[in-house]
Amino acid sequence: MNLFLNVKEAMVSLSANKMRSLLTILGIVIGVASVIALLSIGESAGASITGEIENIGTNVIYILRGNNDEDVSNPKDLTLRDAQALASSTRATEIAYVAPVFTGSTEITRADRSVSTAILGITPDYQFVMNLAMAEGAFISAAQVEGRSAVVVLGPARAQQLLGRSSGVVGSTVRIGGYPYRVVGVVEPKGGSAFNNPDNNVYVPISTAQARLPRSGAPDRVQYILASMVDLDNADLAIRQIRQVLRRTHRIPPRNPDDFTLLNQQDFLAVANTITNVLTIFLGGIGAISLLVGGIGIMNIMLVSVTERTREIGLRKALGARKADILIQFLIESVLLSLFGGIFGIALGWGISTVVSQIATRSGTPLDIVVTLNSVLLATLFSAAVGVFFGYYPANRASNLAPVEALRYE
Amino acid sequence: MFEKENVIQIENLTKVYQMGEIQVHALRGVSFTVKPGEVLAIMGPSGSGKSTLMNMIGCLDNPTDGNYYLDGELVSTLVDDELAEVRNRKIGFVFQQFNLLPRATALTNVELPLRYAGVNGSRKDLALKALEAVGLGDRVDHQPNELSGGQQQRVAIARALVNNPAIILADEPTGNLDTTSGDEIMKLLLTLNKTEGTTLLIVTHDPEVAAIAERVLHLRDGVIEKEELMQ
Repeated sequence: MNLFLNVKEAMVSLSANKMRSLLTILGIVIGVASVIALLSIGESAGASITGEIENIGTNVIYILRGNNDEDVSNPKDLTLRDAQALASSTRATEIAYVAPVFTGSTEITRADRSVSTAILGITPDYQFVMNLAMAEGAFISAAQVEGRSAVVVLGPARAQQLLGRSSGVVGSTVRIGGYPYRVVGVVEPKGGSAFNNPDNNVYVPISTAQARLPRSGAPDRVQYILASMVDLDNADLAIRQIRQVLRRTHRIPPRNPDDFTLLNQQDFLAVANTITNVLTIFLGGIGAISLLVGGIGIMNIMLVSVTERTREIGLRKALGARKADILIQFLIESVLLSLFGGIFGIALGWGISTVVSQIATRSGTPLDIVVTLNSVLLATLFSAAVGVFFGYYPANRASNLAPVEALRYE
Repeated sequence: MFEKENVIQIENLTKVYQMGEIQVHALRGVSFTVKPGEVLAIMGPSGSGKSTLMNMIGCLDNPTDGNYYLDGELVSTLVDDELAEVRNRKIGFVFQQFNLLPRATALTNVELPLRYAGVNGSRKDLALKALEAVGLGDRVDHQPNELSGGQQQRVAIARALVNNPAIILADEPTGNLDTTSGDEIMKLLLTLNKTEGTTLLIVTHDPEVAAIAERVLHLRDGVIEKEELMQ
């Protein structure tokens, strides 16, 4: 029995019941399409989150209040004093720049345009920690922090949004929380996606932010502190030095746990990867369930087909077909059904991904959805495997029919 | 015990079916032999064990006890796939219902046993030759629904012949045909028996069909009631 003849014969018997075959294929089409679409959406969402985290910069350490790993009651707030201690400590040799950040959310307006967004109160060193280049004007200066000046530096996308252009805007005035601020600089575009795009940032002097944005806790409290490392290879040493300094300023007795947390890009990436993996598995799982339902459809139809063709099976056995011949004949039919479903499903899944990608882009969340070769191969193999798995039981049933009874079947 | 000149040698064949609690003795010790080239008819009323015997001769089922030698080979103890091979090489079936694949041409139908035999290169030629032998050389591309009953049965006979079997086993070959077509089919089977020397076993309840045989076995209640020699 050669394969080509088997396939040809299977095509003939599948086309004898066109509507039935098409509906069975449809089940697999939907299953494969959802696997393809959901996997690629999950993957691209993950890629976009990871991409943003990579924007943070590899040599930046985030210092946050509290400690999730240990039981710390009443952790101290991080303060400007902590940041100063880190910056001025002679022992913290691996720390290049330290940037405390005080942030709050408020309304920022210009003429009839208004947007509610996070305002970052920062010090001049923030520019060096985050490696920001200026497109025009200058970054927040020490004098402006000292003088609590009403000045603002805008990300290019935010400038575009508020002022209708991202260049030649130095000297314009915007209102933040009702107060007028003079634009003193625009940052070079950095890129990133919607969740946390640095191009959308609004920077004001930290002293101004502390005075005008709502706040709680210690008077010089900051939400977090950023520190950049001198040498990425000495990250462990840098982290040790930060801990030493902060434990002293927070007066933590030896053996007591830290009341702050240090995170670097690797830690964020690890967390994000965990989240996106769960997301992808979850989405893929939903797709897999519909593929499973499609597979049960194949099994159902093949069982009907075996029953309908009992006499044919009996005849073939009488003419010398062995069990394996019958098994292969029916398996090929179910694999063909699922493979056709797989091919159309890949096309449909690709279409859905493209549409979702377009919708996401139009609604301001650019998601670059790519249907990878891997997911296409996976879907093809998976759908063929579904055909074999769900086709095996009916095919095996056919191959085990006793020829005498099969021939007598009406 | 086995005699070489017999194409079929059946010794004390029994078949017992278990129907729930009850044991049904379909065959209670049947023995006979068939010589190559012979035309043998098996007759009997329904319930006589005629169909069971045909299934045994056709290697479609194993007997409960007894020996069956077909073309020199003990086949009564073979397992499923071995029986399939014996059916493929040694037995040509002609059924009352023709049993052709409905969506396949006459040629494809006749090629089917060759495919299961693993014949590849000469398959089409052999099938065409068989179709010509039954007088259907001009109908090879027709599907069963484009052929008359008699023509369909001819395709079935070509399919039975194509593997050059030791015996042709015909089960009521004229049962679904009108008298004229039936006579033609019987004539064709006899002609093939004369020209090709194929052993022919006909299972029937029709005395007119049985009349063409050289020998008739009458079966009743699972045993051979009498053996009748025709001239």
